[in-house]
Amino acid sequence: MTDVLLEVKNLNTWFDSRAGRANVVDDVSFSIRRGETFALLGESGCGKSMTALSIMQLLPNQAANNMSGEVLLEGQDLLQLPEVAMRTVRGNRIAMIFQEPMTSLNPVLTVGVQIGEVLTKHKGLKGAASKARIIELLEAVGIPDPTQRIDEYPHQLSGGMKQRIMIAIALAGDPDLLIADEPTTALDVTIQAQVLDLLRKLQKETGMAVLMITHDLAVVSEMVDRVGVMYAGQIVEMASRDDFFNEPQHPYSQKLFDAIPSMGKRDEALAIIPGTVPDLAQEFHQCRFADRCQFSWDTCQQQVPRWISGNDSRGVRCHLYDSTIENKSRVAEKVELISTSSSNTGEELLTVSNLKVHFPIHKGLLKRVAGYVYAVDDVSLRVNRGQTLALVGESGCGKTTLGKGIIQLVKPTDGSVLFNGADLTQLSQNELRSRRKDFQIIFQDPYSSMNPRMMVGDIIEEGMIAQGIGDSAEARRVIVDELLQQVGLRPEHRNRYPHEFSGGQRQRICVARALAVNPKIIVCDEPTSALDVSVQAQILNLLKDLQKQYQLAFLFITHNISVVAYLADDVAVMYLGRIVERGSVQEVLENAKHPYTQALLSAVPTIDKESKQEILRLEGDPPSPINPPNGCHFHPRCPKAINECRSEYPKSRTISSTHEVSCHLY
Amino acid sequence: MLNYILRRVFYAIPILIGVNLITFLLFFVVNTPDDMARMHLGVKHVTPESVEQWKDERGYNKPLAFNAEAAGLEKVTDTIFYQNSVNLFAFEFGRSDAGRDIGYDISQRMWPSLILAIPIFVIGLLSNITFALIVAFFRSSYIDVWGVVLCVVLMSISGMFYIIGGQFLIGKVLHLVPISGFDMANTFKFAVLPVLIGVVSGIGTGTRWYRTIFLEEIEKDYVRTARAKGLPESLVLFKHVLKNGMIPILTGAVVVLPLLFMGSLILESFFGIPGLGSYTIDAIGSQDFAIVRSMVFLGSVLYIVGLILTDISYTIVDPRIRLQ
Amino acid sequence: MSVKLLLRHPLISSLPIALVVIWAIGIFASGAQSVFLWTDVLVYILVLTICVFALISSSREHLRDPWRQIVQHKLGMLSLVVLLVYVLIGLLDSVHFRLPLVVENATAEQKTVHEGEVLSVLDLLVTPIRIQEEKTYSAPFATHLHTTETIERPDGSRERTYPRLEYGGAHLENPRTDKYSDIAMNSVLGVLVGLIIWSAIVLMVLFILAMQKQANVSAIAKMILSGSSLVPWRLILATVGFMCLLLGLMIILGPKYHILGTDKVGQDVLFQSLKSIRTGLVIGTLSTLIMLPFAVLLGIMAGYFRGWMDDVIQYLYTTLNSIPGILLIAASVLMIQVYMANNPQMFESDAERADARLFFLCVILGITSWTGLCRLLRGEALKIRTVDFVQASQAFGVSNFKIIWRHIQPNVMHIILIAVVLDFSGLVLAEAVLSYIGVGVDPTMHSWGNMINGARLEMARDPIVWWSLLAAFIFMFALVLAANLFSDAVRDAFDPRLRKQ
Repeated sequence: MTDVLLEVKNLNTWFDSRAGRANVVDDVSFSIRRGETFALLGESGCGKSMTALSIMQLLPNQAANNMSGEVLLEGQDLLQLPEVAMRTVRGNRIAMIFQEPMTSLNPVLTVGVQIGEVLTKHKGLKGAASKARIIELLEAVGIPDPTQRIDEYPHQLSGGMKQRIMIAIALAGDPDLLIADEPTTALDVTIQAQVLDLLRKLQKETGMAVLMITHDLAVVSEMVDRVGVMYAGQIVEMASRDDFFNEPQHPYSQKLFDAIPSMGKRDEALAIIPGTVPDLAQEFHQCRFADRCQFSWDTCQQQVPRWISGNDSRGVRCHLYDSTIENKSRVAEKVELISTSSSNTGEELLTVSNLKVHFPIHKGLLKRVAGYVYAVDDVSLRVNRGQTLALVGESGCGKTTLGKGIIQLVKPTDGSVLFNGADLTQLSQNELRSRRKDFQIIFQDPYSSMNPRMMVGDIIEEGMIAQGIGDSAEARRVIVDELLQQVGLRPEHRNRYPHEFSGGQRQRICVARALAVNPKIIVCDEPTSALDVSVQAQILNLLKDLQKQYQLAFLFITHNISVVAYLADDVAVMYLGRIVERGSVQEVLENAKHPYTQALLSAVPTIDKESKQEILRLEGDPPSPINPPNGCHFHPRCPKAINECRSEYPKSRTISSTHEVSCHLY
Repeated sequence: MLNYILRRVFYAIPILIGVNLITFLLFFVVNTPDDMARMHLGVKHVTPESVEQWKDERGYNKPLAFNAEAAGLEKVTDTIFYQNSVNLFAFEFGRSDAGRDIGYDISQRMWPSLILAIPIFVIGLLSNITFALIVAFFRSSYIDVWGVVLCVVLMSISGMFYIIGGQFLIGKVLHLVPISGFDMANTFKFAVLPVLIGVVSGIGTGTRWYRTIFLEEIEKDYVRTARAKGLPESLVLFKHVLKNGMIPILTGAVVVLPLLFMGSLILESFFGIPGLGSYTIDAIGSQDFAIVRSMVFLGSVLYIVGLILTDISYTIVDPRIRLQ
Repeated sequence: MSVKLLLRHPLISSLPIALVVIWAIGIFASGAQSVFLWTDVLVYILVLTICVFALISSSREHLRDPWRQIVQHKLGMLSLVVLLVYVLIGLLDSVHFRLPLVVENATAEQKTVHEGEVLSVLDLLVTPIRIQEEKTYSAPFATHLHTTETIERPDGSRERTYPRLEYGGAHLENPRTDKYSDIAMNSVLGVLVGLIIWSAIVLMVLFILAMQKQANVSAIAKMILSGSSLVPWRLILATVGFMCLLLGLMIILGPKYHILGTDKVGQDVLFQSLKSIRTGLVIGTLSTLIMLPFAVLLGIMAGYFRGWMDDVIQYLYTTLNSIPGILLIAASVLMIQVYMANNPQMFESDAERADARLFFLCVILGITSWTGLCRLLRGEALKIRTVDFVQASQAFGVSNFKIIWRHIQPNVMHIILIAVVLDFSGLVLAEAVLSYIGVGVDPTMHSWGNMINGARLEMARDPIVWWSLLAAFIFMFALVLAANLFSDAVRDAFDPRLRKQ
């Protein structure tokens, strides 16, 4: 096999801690051929990034030299190279881009300097020759006006642009292998689509191989040739893309597929993986997945599974496929069905009319108002009892501000919020305070939404005390215990601190906290976007369950279209502070009218490529809400813009009784 | 930019008024001018006449803040508060309680102060940054660990012992330079020891602080990017980390820049250098309130200038910040 | 069972202090009149505050855990032992009283007459070195004065000699030959005394530990000796041992010699150094205690409520900050000085006047130093108020006061603690500088600054008078170094950013 570029053999990387040695990368072997795209797929903490950093020998200080095994680049073992020689490999033969483009560039050096460094170091280019090459590279990664951008600093660029610069830096050394560590996770879907397109194009042009580190099955589906699935430091399955997507073998891989929400699964509970990833600071004598596996039997608890190689570089680490072991697997439970006899009573719970939230920008001597951030601008929507309205949009479109404006955490500038017949914007502080039990909020980040200095029981009780629920401490305790059980935790967890829980458990505590005051509507502000897909499934199941049980209404703020498809009854799409399209979930997702909605939907990577509708790619970045474009806010990026779009904001047009769109095309 | 500076100067006015108010409260309300007169003349042989005369000589015989007897605007202007404040705003410090022209004294004495303070500032800054970079380069090795311990030990020694020790060792035992004194014609001979001591006494605190700054920078993502490019560690440290670390260091140093005029209190006093620092100390010693008041005001003005300079220096070293 | 429980109680470790307190009560019972100086009262309040804080900490996980980390920190515990010795001396020096005047055949009326001099428990403990005053300078362990005097001989001729000291080495027949062997003998004796005290402490610690862990004493001893205990007991006991040796030497040698010499008026320098400890500690702690309420209240309010309140508070601290600290302190102290000189009737005794000045110095240092912490807390409160958990509370309609108390305060506690510990050493050093400039503590008060100031003038003397400087240097250096090392340990344990690593 002469075309093997990189071969990783039995790579181990470990951290030493008080609890013992933790092998974060455990006996990992894989190879990448020239020009091939290989993905390491796995959830957070599975060791995929550590594998990449081990190959580059860029591990954090505590583990700088804790590596064993072989990393062969065209037959040469990188682990044996002295640091000085390794530097001629990094950035030259293997380049790397990282997850956070915001922080990965040096803020005080110009873009040109940061690219030029690589050229000087690896290509010996200086002065004019270097500059010419930098401009070439900037053009290659699709940066407009490269001659001007070369002297700009990273903060002058948007997130997508920064990631393009990172790619240009990586390209500067003409690498044979590009390691991309979650390159699009921090970006919006439309920008993600741009960056993925760019990577594909560059790979075709340069013939470099790509090692893609990702947690996103859809990205894998769209980008790669072969995939390795990692779990708890090990590769548990390896297959070509088609094999993997046709028939995932390892129970963990199967669960990953089943946990993805989609329109088709609306009537069923999502598959979840019970339990948590085992602590790596231990010696394993069993399958690492055994405790969470629906098939596991006693052998799984007693014996470490070996690597079973199949044909065509396929392989899996599971006793199920080991012909030497008798298969005594349990039969998998059937998925549980949820009756979604959508409890649409048609009863109106919340009506938002012409809501505006403008943040003034103070300037000058006497702090006079120089302008406004039009975070939410003239938004109207309604939520019925027991229904879910999904609010979809990219970051910075004002959807979170809208959510907070509705429940009066941010004071709206204008407009009304009618809830149960009362206009919340007109209530006095005291009246509002007593009504707050009716509308609650769940935040995106489960780590910051609970006071780390309080015990879980006190956290849940806080709202009950403020709202006068439960007459005595004893009565409240009983309610707290019930709530904890309801969200899948145990009553004794009451006396623990938030840091003792995983992200998913914390989010469930947050759900319990919101439930404690018996709300009628909960604003869910991206409650699952910080979570892994298997944990996300748990939360979505829980929310769906609770909705049915308590006739809860949700205002579900998200950028994740598949969650919308699974959960929402109605959808509103937001762009730059305004709602551009709204309708029932079928209408919006399957028959999108607004070009922005269409672009958004087509930018979402999907697992089954075939079902893709017409591809509509957006250019550039969303403009600033401080100075929105005249006319339709979307027209500068709209591929279908007509003359009217430049002069006048389109009125809302009715497509059907429930479907409305603000676009001049209709 | 000019617009911004003008605005900042405008903002400084209420602060300076506040400073004046505080000093006024301290100097004239806690103790009335009568009290001060008695204090100065000696408690035993005060006669009401001598008190009045003392006050009269210094213009303290006016009402404090409101002159009911005066007419019109003078109700406010013909008071101790107004007279003292307005003169200070015009940088007219008037005469000291001993009768000397404070403005003239300041203009004479700021030069020796600067001769000491500027080398201490520059050499100190450079050496602290150098030491901090060395320690940061060898981070989590024994050099780092013991370097930090040494810094803590150096920090724990009172500044006065550096002076006394230096004077004793270099001046008295080795006889390399005079123990104290100053001569404008032969500045090097007299300045070298105080400068050396000034630099050494600041090394512990400075090095440790800058080390923390550098280590914080080293943890950042862009450093990993720089390493991923294959850059050698020295380039990573001296180009990427240093340039980012210099932002807090430089801007932190700029604040004290104008205050260098004020000189170092104990250093000048121990070495008998006729600068503003020893001027202040002497004034405190002889309880010359006029001088102390002037120095307080001068110090505040310089501090505010320092704040403005800090903001400007930010725009120079940090491309992310622009003034508006 | 109940005995064991009792032994586990933290009070048991403060047994020695309790004994001293009982003894002090004994003194008062014998007719002494207690005197509460202003700073004494504040010291008591401070001790009480620390006790309350310790109680609260022990029930809160997020406060208890960092302390657990500190307790296992070697350098931190070493410095803590040193600090505690200083604190013990300082506390002993904070219990003041007037002894009854001993009058023979006293009538009932006379019995209530007390001496004018205010004494502390420490003064009584070190009575020998307190009262044994020489004429003027003498070097450490000297038997003769440092300066010559003209003596008239019986035959009428005059001679300039170094006269014998009244107390230092007075028991020696022939100082020139006997001195060194006598010092050596007494040192051995002192070491023995020290060892005895140390053994008693070690046994007590072993016994308590054995009780707590329900193991036998020898197993505990082995564990400590091998250095494998979680709390670095070996190091702690070694430090205690070193302190005991010093104590033993002081007990034996102190009454016979001036270990650190005498100063210009013949007072024992060791006595001065010990008395200076209280001054340093009081300034280091009370200044912070006084500024804390301002800084915390204003800082959190500015950050949480923002708006006009923020503007006012910011203006306040920018203005205060813009006056160079040392000048503001100098100006304030000068004014207090004038005020006190013009109102002498306010103070009953010199000690009270000196104490009042110390108190005002603390107040002034507090007022000039609250701005830094206030700004830090404002920034932190600004950050925390936008964090989701505060918003969640607001969504429940929890009142602002409750949010500040339950959410903001616990999350800035570590900043407050770190600032308090960090400020301490700076304040101790500042005292020396201020006293040197003449705006520090009262010149009659014992303080390291005054010691340095007094000795500095003698720098030109030949042979040089170095012992006052050295004594002040050692005592200050040990305290400040211990405080700095301890504050590092505290910061490592409490700063969430450092904890991650």
